Amino acid sequence: MKAKITEMMERPNVLLRGNFACAGCGLSIAYRTSISALDRPIVVIPACCSSVIQSLHPNVAFNVPTLNIAFAAHASAASGIARAKKMRGEEVTTVVWSGDGGTYDIGLATWSGAAERNENIIHFCYDNNFYSNTGAQRSGATPRGAVTTTTPEGKKEKRKSITRIMAAHDIPYIATASIGYPRDLYAKVKKASTIEGYRFILIDAPCPTGWLSDPAITPELGELAVKTGYFPLYEIENGNLIFSRKGEKYRDPENRVPLEEYLSKQNRFKKMTPSQIVEVKKDIQHEWDQLVRLE
Amino acid sequence: MNEDIELKDPVLPLGRPTLGSAGETGDWRTYRPKFIEENCIKCYKCWLSCPEGTIRVDAHGEYPYIDYVYCKGCGVCVHVCPGRKKQKALEMIPE
Repeated sequence: MKAKITEMMERPNVLLRGNFACAGCGLSIAYRTSISALDRPIVVIPACCSSVIQSLHPNVAFNVPTLNIAFAAHASAASGIARAKKMRGEEVTTVVWSGDGGTYDIGLATWSGAAERNENIIHFCYDNNFYSNTGAQRSGATPRGAVTTTTPEGKKEKRKSITRIMAAHDIPYIATASIGYPRDLYAKVKKASTIEGYRFILIDAPCPTGWLSDPAITPELGELAVKTGYFPLYEIENGNLIFSRKGEKYRDPENRVPLEEYLSKQNRFKKMTPSQIVEVKKDIQHEWDQLVRLE
Repeated sequence: MNEDIELKDPVLPLGRPTLGSAGETGDWRTYRPKFIEENCIKCYKCWLSCPEGTIRVDAHGEYPYIDYVYCKGCGVCVHVCPGRKKQKALEMIPE
């Protein structure tokens, strides 16, 4: 999918300049692109990097109505907003904007309940692979071998597949997108906004501060994650998986860019041994095999 | 924003959208992106990928320009620029 650039330019600016985001922040690109695609959004944010970027009281960098809520309460707060607005007859898009800590680990029970009730919410998870807000601790999304402050020798376990957990809830729309392809991300958000029910979009958002990479290559890391097969791009509509055009050819391992190219650009993978790299490659292949079964 | 909410002293922890809520973040940079107009093909990839939104475009078809007051100098725009005949329309120069 590819959105028209003229259409994207007409949308309002949702993230004001001069905020607290680090230079080269992947989350900022994800936020600007996805929230600008929505009509009348109300954003619910748990504790995450977004609540830092939002700045200090009484100044706010987010140009849309935003509610800050406790870590494990995002989807339940959004459920309340969505229902209240429906009762009052106001047409709004209720959005949960949470990091991977709030989606993979802490907020799991909350969103699972909201997904089961099929509340009318769009749930975004910008995945930067750890708790970046509190200083780079390991989360369920951290890949094998990555150094964080709580795994100084590299994580020993593989990362969780949140989209497959989400798919088990039989919600109407699930998509993965990357900041390396902003037009694809915009088109997927636009598509999600036309569907009723609980919708989930997972966005790969590289974090130069925590991944110990060059801030300038943030979008390139997003692209490389897709090209190495590490982050497959697909949509799941009513249980049917469709691979996105940008990422479909990486289904065949021979078309993939060598994984070492992606890992070598991030200093968090510096302590990885060759045997661990082989294991990561196995993890990637396992994920693809599981996805193909959903097709 | 709803205009009829009047903010008196600490009643609600309510913030307002403000430009430059972290101050003039242009102070953070050590390198600045320089725009070279003749190499620009107006693909707007820099506008799409700028995390801060400091690359500004007035309308489709116009050249982009940079807001140096808030540009943090990350260099994303220079990296994504395809340029004309492999000559990039943006380059990083020391501040």
